[in-house]
Amino acid sequence: MSLLDLSISELGRGLRAREFSSVELAGEALGRAESLDGRLGSFLRTTPELALEQARAADRRLADEADPPALCGIPIGHKDVLCTRGVETTAGSRILEGFRPPYDATVVARLARDGAVVVGKMNCDEFAMGSSNENSGFQPTVNPWDEERVPGGSSGGSAAAVAARLTVAALGTDTGGSVRLPASFCGVVGVKPSYGRVSRYGVIAFASSLDQVGPLAKTVEDAQLVLSCIAGPDRRDSTTSPAPVSDLAGALREGVRGLRLGIPREYVEAGLEDGIKAVFESACRWLEAEGAELVEVSLPSTEYALAAYYVIAPAEVSSNLARMDGIRFGPGEPQAPSLLEAYELARNRGFGPEVRRRVALGTFVLSSGYYDAYYLRAQKVRTLVAQDFSRVFERVDALISPTAPTPAFRLGERTHDPLAMYATDALTLPANLAGISGLSVPAGFTAGLPVGVQVLGPYLGEAMCLRVGAAVERAADVWRRVPAGFDG
Amino acid sequence: MVAHLSRLARLGLTDAEMEAILPQLRAILAAVDRLQEADVSGVDATAQIGGLYDVMRDDQVDPGLTAEEALANAPSHEAGLLRVPAIQ
Amino acid sequence: MAELQAVIGLEVHAQLLTRSKMFCGCRAEYLGLPPNSNTCPTCLGLPGALPVINRRAVEMTIQTALALGCRIPEFSKFDRKNYFYPDLPKGYQISQYDLPLSLGGHLEFEVDGERRSCGITRVHLEEDAGTLHHAGEIHTAKFSLVDLNRAGVPLMEIVGEPDLRSPREAPQYLRALRQLLLHLGVNDGNMEQGSLRCDANISLRPRGQRELGVKVEVKNMNSFRSLEAALEFEVRRQSAVIESGGTVHQETRGWSEVEQATVSQRSKEEAQDYRYFPEPDLPPLQVSRDLVERLRGALPEPPLRLRDRLRDQHQLGEEQAALITERPQDAAYFEAMVAAGAPPRSAANWQLGPLQALCKDAKLDIEHSPVPAVELAALVRMVEAGEVSGTTGREVLVEAFAMGRSPVDLIRERGLIQVSDAAQMQAWVDGAILQLPKAAADFRSGNDRALGPLVGAVRKASGGVANPDLASRLLRERLGRGGG
Ligand SMILES: [Mg+2]
Ligand SMILES: [Zn+2]
Repeated sequence: MSLLDLSISELGRGLRAREFSSVELAGEALGRAESLDGRLGSFLRTTPELALEQARAADRRLADEADPPALCGIPIGHKDVLCTRGVETTAGSRILEGFRPPYDATVVARLARDGAVVVGKMNCDEFAMGSSNENSGFQPTVNPWDEERVPGGSSGGSAAAVAARLTVAALGTDTGGSVRLPASFCGVVGVKPSYGRVSRYGVIAFASSLDQVGPLAKTVEDAQLVLSCIAGPDRRDSTTSPAPVSDLAGALREGVRGLRLGIPREYVEAGLEDGIKAVFESACRWLEAEGAELVEVSLPSTEYALAAYYVIAPAEVSSNLARMDGIRFGPGEPQAPSLLEAYELARNRGFGPEVRRRVALGTFVLSSGYYDAYYLRAQKVRTLVAQDFSRVFERVDALISPTAPTPAFRLGERTHDPLAMYATDALTLPANLAGISGLSVPAGFTAGLPVGVQVLGPYLGEAMCLRVGAAVERAADVWRRVPAGFDG
Repeated sequence: MVAHLSRLARLGLTDAEMEAILPQLRAILAAVDRLQEADVSGVDATAQIGGLYDVMRDDQVDPGLTAEEALANAPSHEAGLLRVPAIQ
Repeated sequence: MAELQAVIGLEVHAQLLTRSKMFCGCRAEYLGLPPNSNTCPTCLGLPGALPVINRRAVEMTIQTALALGCRIPEFSKFDRKNYFYPDLPKGYQISQYDLPLSLGGHLEFEVDGERRSCGITRVHLEEDAGTLHHAGEIHTAKFSLVDLNRAGVPLMEIVGEPDLRSPREAPQYLRALRQLLLHLGVNDGNMEQGSLRCDANISLRPRGQRELGVKVEVKNMNSFRSLEAALEFEVRRQSAVIESGGTVHQETRGWSEVEQATVSQRSKEEAQDYRYFPEPDLPPLQVSRDLVERLRGALPEPPLRLRDRLRDQHQLGEEQAALITERPQDAAYFEAMVAAGAPPRSAANWQLGPLQALCKDAKLDIEHSPVPAVELAALVRMVEAGEVSGTTGREVLVEAFAMGRSPVDLIRERGLIQVSDAAQMQAWVDGAILQLPKAAADFRSGNDRALGPLVGAVRKASGGVANPDLASRLLRERLGRGGG
């Protein structure tokens, strides 16, 4: 039993009752990372000095303030795409080795404001491009439930560390499923907020029109507490919604009685592994037993979503990564004989194969003569995908499906087949194209591997996702299970 | 095609790398060609979700970075300026 | 072969006089700052940083477009223009591609007194790049140094139609545009320092032919003179190519001040593929009709109309009216002087003559003149009324300007008001005739030039306050040459 097995509200009670201090809690997280992460590779670096400083400040607040924030003193990890002032931030890429941002991402600042304690920067696929964490420029992360398997990506470090109780919660980013997929593979909760619900300022961009920061945590309530802290408008991100954040905490207690939940036919009719199907079906039965009405719905443009995604995301990538030129940051190639060679050497050495592939692809779909056939057409298909969701949300309160067609796959299994890797995200990426809310909640296991259920809610429907997610969590009753070897 | 893309995107791919990437790009583009089957007649393009317009800030000066902070991550600088190899 | 005709269009980039940059809170004023001391994560292009649109820059652009008679579409957006260059930190410039803030206007200008009009394709908004420094020529220097203080300064691009027909017209068009920008208060018009920059497209075709010839883009002209010289050079160069049976290549050429020639920079084959696409970090703009009407209502009088009005209203000369309306602060100063009762022509003379010289020496803008318009108007009124001489007036103005004092106060304090009282003057006249008997005799016998020393003696005896006109009238009467 470790303190890190507890939920945030349990930890909060302990901290307030002085059963343990934030410094002790951070010490335990860092100690576990020190002794156990050699097997996982979930941290790119721990931040013991920052953690100690923040934990001390949190302990003072816990002593002084009548009502300190829920996250005060809680250890948290940041996916390495989040700029953290003075702390090396690489986005899992060699091209950013040594980069210490002179500023904090808005989400990093908001968590600090509420007294959360940063224990480290979490490993991820390079620039968040990947579904397995094998594309990290530094090290792969493995799945704590089976160290031969991937944790999912791209927020695999965040998911694996929460599952293995190396941190209480962590932030990830979700561009096509990068929070939900690793959450499903690692047996934790992961929320993808609606586009614009959480600030992207200071988040190293993958695809700007799709990226959202979201929490990974052991429970739906933990995820809600982190989300409530980071959500809301930010004057530094013009794409954040000005709408106030709804009562997310209240949603957890509401239950699903009377809700109509849609099951998208296109998400369940083909390609699901039996074990996944079985867990999903039992989740459906629980929800019905709790009083929800389940209906089949159709999202007919789903068949084009993957193609649209793999045009739009690379297009934005090719532009977003142009600033990685080795002039203002990164190792660069300052001794190259010419500027052109400096650019090419720095980028060739700095980028891994997946990043090069997507930059090349994105450059192609935007280049003259191809723009209309690829990029513009993909944007129109994006409209169709969004319209599908708007249409079904007129009839249902939320959608449920498996998060992924399979449980965690083996390391190396899909690395040589980009298309197979891309298909991993088939059930998650339509939500990014449409900008709607979603989460993945653990619902059971198949052959010892966790299986997540995905809940999709309308635009700014985070409360609805949490409400349904909490019901699945209560019925599944699996969140206290700890992967073998991490339970001591 | 790949050589042109490699140059445009400053990827500096070697011949071997180009040879490796070409079939992958072909396969992805073939898969992405699915798009051509979608009926998008009369459909507007979506560049952004959220339906926001006119998000602007007032014309106010905010404190930024010191020159020291601006250069702190640069691999090469001189007399307060970023240094880059010859522009040919 | 038919005579060749030049077809010229100008693209002008004007930095906007906002307080902050286009997409971040750094200062828009960057000149004279230590290198790289005016940046933030956004304009430095750091990973994760995002742009936010400066509302004032949008308004200035719309207002300029309205002054040029452009249409303001209801929907506009920003796009990314992708290319690598060390002065472009993000690897793309945020600009506007297919939906600019404005479309389709025109600019009136004059060439040798004749009024012309040139179409305006569009006015759009973008961000400036940083600056590069190198030893010697850019392409031979071993390395370059980058300063990003300027990166992200709001830049308005005014694209003109290819309506100009001779190199002579280009600087005149640019002058008129510059004047308009000055009157709108959106740009400082400084071409040397690059806050106003101009590129030109030029092609030749046989007169009478409709299709355009092959277009060459010319850059690096940082004065009206070099703009005209570069275009004249291109006319000569392209004519020679065509007349010798060759074809002009589509390319970009740079004007070299040293060689007084354009030099090839980039051919069409190496042309960039900018891969424009909508900027995902910025929601589009929906320009409300209310805003457009509010900005239209706040437009200043167009410079050419202001010039004509001041000329007609105050009987100014053509040249004088043009000079006084060159810049809005000149016109404002002038109108303030007239409002304060100064006769318009004299007011213009004093302003364009002594005052402008003093401002120039002191490197002060007229709006910061230590002698404000009301004070100068009072001085001009005294001179006109004969209360002080023009000479004294000018001397006092110099002192007043240097001391930051009122010229009229100085005149009063020093008792410099001219005496125009005949009785008081009579004694000084008599004294002068006694003092200079030879001059008196000479004048009496018809030598007009002898009057000068006598008037001088009167002025001297008076301590400089004797009205010279009255003095000479009284001397004439006394010496028997009155009434003639
Ligand atoms: Mg431009
Ligand atoms: Zn800035």
